[in-house]
Amino acid sequence: MAWFKRSPWILHYNATSCNGCDIEVIVSLTPLYDVERFGIINTGNPKHADILAVTGSVNEKSRQVLINLYEQMPEPKVIMAVGLCAVSGCVFQDCYNVMGGVDKVLPVDVYVPGCAARPESIIDGMLKACEILEEKYANRNKREKGEEHE
Amino acid sequence: MNTIQEMFQSWGMVERAVAFILLAPLAGGLIAGIDRRVSARFQGRYGPPVLQPFYDVFKLMQKQRILVNKFQNFNILLFLLFTVFSGALFFMGVDLLLTIFSLALAGTFFVLAGFCVGSPFSHLGAEREIIQQVAYEPMVILLAVGMYQVTGSFKVAEIAQFQAPLILYLPGVFAGFLYILTIKFRKSPFDLSMSHHAHQEIVRGMTTEFSGPALAVIEIAHWYENVMLLGMVYLFFGFNPWLGLGVALLTYLFEIFIDMNYARFKWQLTFGSSWLFTAVAGVSNIIVLGLMR
Ligand code: SF4
Repeated sequence: MAWFKRSPWILHYNATSCNGCDIEVIVSLTPLYDVERFGIINTGNPKHADILAVTGSVNEKSRQVLINLYEQMPEPKVIMAVGLCAVSGCVFQDCYNVMGGVDKVLPVDVYVPGCAARPESIIDGMLKACEILEEKYANRNKREKGEEHE
Repeated sequence: MNTIQEMFQSWGMVERAVAFILLAPLAGGLIAGIDRRVSARFQGRYGPPVLQPFYDVFKLMQKQRILVNKFQNFNILLFLLFTVFSGALFFMGVDLLLTIFSLALAGTFFVLAGFCVGSPFSHLGAEREIIQQVAYEPMVILLAVGMYQVTGSFKVAEIAQFQAPLILYLPGVFAGFLYILTIKFRKSPFDLSMSHHAHQEIVRGMTTEFSGPALAVIEIAHWYENVMLLGMVYLFFGFNPWLGLGVALLTYLFEIFIDMNYARFKWQLTFGSSWLFTAVAGVSNIIVLGLMR
């Protein structure tokens, strides 16, 4: 059964966001958008999370934190880049301290564009991320079964 | 209802225990789902599906198993085992004191699980859990004492079948028990160590190092515990099963209402207020009962 689709828990990390996208992520939890109707919970703990939502571009300071967070999450896990900064670096991409989008460091699965990303598109991105979670889980199972047969 | 009760009474102890072990998680999960839905409505939100807690647990079961150290799982499994054990004892109708003590033992293993990892957040959560235990434990024991004073027995089966309304003898004990139920259900203002809300904060500390299946086990143990505590509420109204069930459900709704309306207390206030309330409501009730004899 597709349980990941029904209960994706999100960890939100602000890499170097201007706070515009962060506010939009939080807004999607408020009564107006209420992502909890999809079973989505905003956790603060990588060990509980299924989806890592990153806002802002990556720089030298946030790179290691991001990698740490990602490595602490149990499989299957999905990374979602929220906002143009996280997608490509946005207007900051040429800055001397900015490495670029999140995909310079980690394998991003879902890109949510927009500056700031609209709550509607964030929710859409979360639901896309759920499907990828299911896929990853199925693939992991297949791989494990394959290893058993060998 | 009477037929249900008669059927339940005609069962042997083993059958009752099995019924509890199989049915309690269903009931507990459903209650938790309704809880989340009602809470959301209180906040002006739509809320998750009623079956959401089951989805969460099934999902957690499918997640990768990450262990910080091997004692972590050992403690968590014992926590589940003793919670189930004490619930089963309760529904088998044997000694109420034994039930209470094995529940306390379960709580102790939970605290040990929090302490056996390295994370300071987990340690803080475990310390808060101890404070909560010290805060609620006296009242739980007074509950058993009070019931013994009225019915002359510690046996749950005999207390449940006591024909006079227990609530009339023990209004203070019931009020005190309601107060500490808020701690046991992990509801605001007393949700210091493992809150249902505020997943980013220190009040979630206890679960910091648990992921996947271990977290699911904690959740399931919590369901078992809730069903058993509602059973204890039922005991006060055992003379009329319908009333008992109704009051048990109302109690839960009341706790949700409190949860939604209160900001979290500091641990000092949690501890002080629950002991004060235990003394004023519980102890005085028992003293009055003693004088009436
Ligand atoms: S995409 Fe825009 S709103 Fe979002 S963090 Fe970057 S600059 Fe701020």
